[in-house]
Amino acid sequence: METLATPPPYADAAINKQLTNDDKVRLLRDMFRIRRFEQTSLKYYNLGKMGGFLHLYTGQEAVAVGTVSLLDKNDHVITAYRDHGHALAVGMDMKPLMAELFGKATGCSKGKGGSMHFFAPDKNFWGGHGIVGGQTPLGAGIAFALKYKGLRGCCLCYLGDGAINQGPFHEALNLAALFKLPVIYVIENNGYSMGTSQKRSSAFHDNLAQRAEAYDMAWDVFKGEDIYEVRARPQIALDRAHNLSEPTILEIQTYRYYGHSVADANAKKYRTPEEIEVYKTKHDPLRVWTQHLLDEGIISEQEVEQIDIDAKAETNQAVQFAEESPFPEEGDIVRDVYREVDEQTKAAAHGRYFFNT
Amino acid sequence: MPLITYREALRAALSEEIARDENVVILGEEVAQYNGAYKVTEGLWKRYGDKRLIDTPISEAGFLGMGIGAAMLGLRPVMELMFWSFAYVALDQIINNAGCVRYMSGGLLNVPIVIRGPANGGTNVGATHSHTPENLLGNMPGLKVVTPATAYDAKGLMKTAIRDNDPVMVMENTLLYGEKWEVPEEEYLIPLGVADVKRTGTDITLIAHGRAVITCLKAAGLLEAEHEIHAEVIDLRSIRPLDEETILDSVRKTHRALVVEENKPFCGIASQIAATIQEKAFDELDAPVGRLSSIDAPAIYSPPLEKKQLPDPQRVTTKVLEIC
Repeated sequence: METLATPPPYADAAINKQLTNDDKVRLLRDMFRIRRFEQTSLKYYNLGKMGGFLHLYTGQEAVAVGTVSLLDKNDHVITAYRDHGHALAVGMDMKPLMAELFGKATGCSKGKGGSMHFFAPDKNFWGGHGIVGGQTPLGAGIAFALKYKGLRGCCLCYLGDGAINQGPFHEALNLAALFKLPVIYVIENNGYSMGTSQKRSSAFHDNLAQRAEAYDMAWDVFKGEDIYEVRARPQIALDRAHNLSEPTILEIQTYRYYGHSVADANAKKYRTPEEIEVYKTKHDPLRVWTQHLLDEGIISEQEVEQIDIDAKAETNQAVQFAEESPFPEEGDIVRDVYREVDEQTKAAAHGRYFFNT
Repeated sequence: MPLITYREALRAALSEEIARDENVVILGEEVAQYNGAYKVTEGLWKRYGDKRLIDTPISEAGFLGMGIGAAMLGLRPVMELMFWSFAYVALDQIINNAGCVRYMSGGLLNVPIVIRGPANGGTNVGATHSHTPENLLGNMPGLKVVTPATAYDAKGLMKTAIRDNDPVMVMENTLLYGEKWEVPEEEYLIPLGVADVKRTGTDITLIAHGRAVITCLKAAGLLEAEHEIHAEVIDLRSIRPLDEETILDSVRKTHRALVVEENKPFCGIASQIAATIQEKAFDELDAPVGRLSSIDAPAIYSPPLEKKQLPDPQRVTTKVLEIC
């Protein structure tokens, strides 16, 4: 963990050799967009513009951007509550995301879901789930549906290291292996389940992904700071899902710069400032990728700066959009509960659905 | 019209819908090769094969969640719970995922899933296997709950539930599985949210759902024969959506009401119905709305005592005589 950039051979992996210079720059841009989005979210959260929780993805950007960059039209994504990075990586527009944080009617979930519940089914993105580990059976179900329909696709189901001790995750693993489902569980291991370190929360031998062995399932563990690595290693799991319809657990070692959520009062107590600083200096995914692109002569320092400026400008426009948007109306509270009611179908023609007095 | 059992009626509904829509898939413990723990799915695996009937491990949170995820992508899974009591290890999946993802996505998706199985006491299996969660899940906006009391209703409601685009919880009753009713051979559907007047009367309205409807019909017979009281019996059939109009129309006619349920009394279905009647038909009432639920304790094992814990025709009759 001494060098800034992980050395090849990952850059030489076939899947990375396919990347054009434009692709590589786009990956950098995507990571800057996530970083700026999160920084701006934090600023406006602290200004009291948002309610609830805010779980920032800062520090983990290469995981979402790298893995999502591998996906094809029948590949799907589902994640937990730290979902801003995945939402941006799958191509959701910043404006409705920021508006959602502001609780506005123009939000991606019309102000009904909040930070933890971003969805974009049109981009194969199925949330955004607030209960730790609760999305893991859904990930198996998405894979089940793909297999049932005879589609060559898979589901990337992300979870945190804190989710691996939840019962439904283990039930999902058993089902995935038993039914040979094309699902890839991506454990984004940032070392802490809220304030409890991995060593104080999980019983394991060498790593967390190894638990796959109990389910006769393939697994891999690797670092999540270098896009090249975060594309090369998951591609093996994607091939396994696509070609053999078999599941995998991937454990990607990463780090979050902020607390579990912004409301994490002890964020600076359970980790040392030095620990955070080492990661920021030596392992920051934006720095690592920038260095690759500079070394390869693909980009100049000035262009990197421009990417950052553009990302910041895009974020500011998103804030302006959110600020200027209206809140949902009181009548909206009882919409989007039942599809048959929303669409006023024949199926909803009878009986009372809402019991407000 | 042929007489068939409640179990056969459910099976016919499942079979017809499997044949009708390739997205309908039955999953659950012992539903395929074992032919169903209560034989509801008997013969379906042999007829439709491995793709349409899938045995799951004993893993309710896992397989219900899997069904919900599959439904998000457009399948129409019909998930069997061997007992609705077993849903309690999977409530996060049912309530948070099936019930809330449409809302939290601002209406971008929907979950066309059916979760079905028996939800009843009275079979001496102890408290853990005797839960009746229609009030618990009826309390969750986003979920729909139906409780068929006859074979005719079981078939018609099941077919409607499978075609519905929202999550529908179908709560059956093991004590009814072997009972027979007339069921037409031709296809029919029963809409959600429509109660059924199972017996007409003029003196009091008995409102019930599930097996309590059968109890009320027996009580109505006794009341007429022994006390010349003509009770009207309303079967709710659907808990959410709820047909309030049929209840209120009847109360406006009889001016008295007793709500009977096998659910527990605290915040039960009867509480909701009683509140509705007093809010909307207070001036029509000649007596306070009565409630009769199971005796308020976990389900007792002891067979003769459990019979007493649930409402029976005698207790209904006694309660009616207090009101009339």
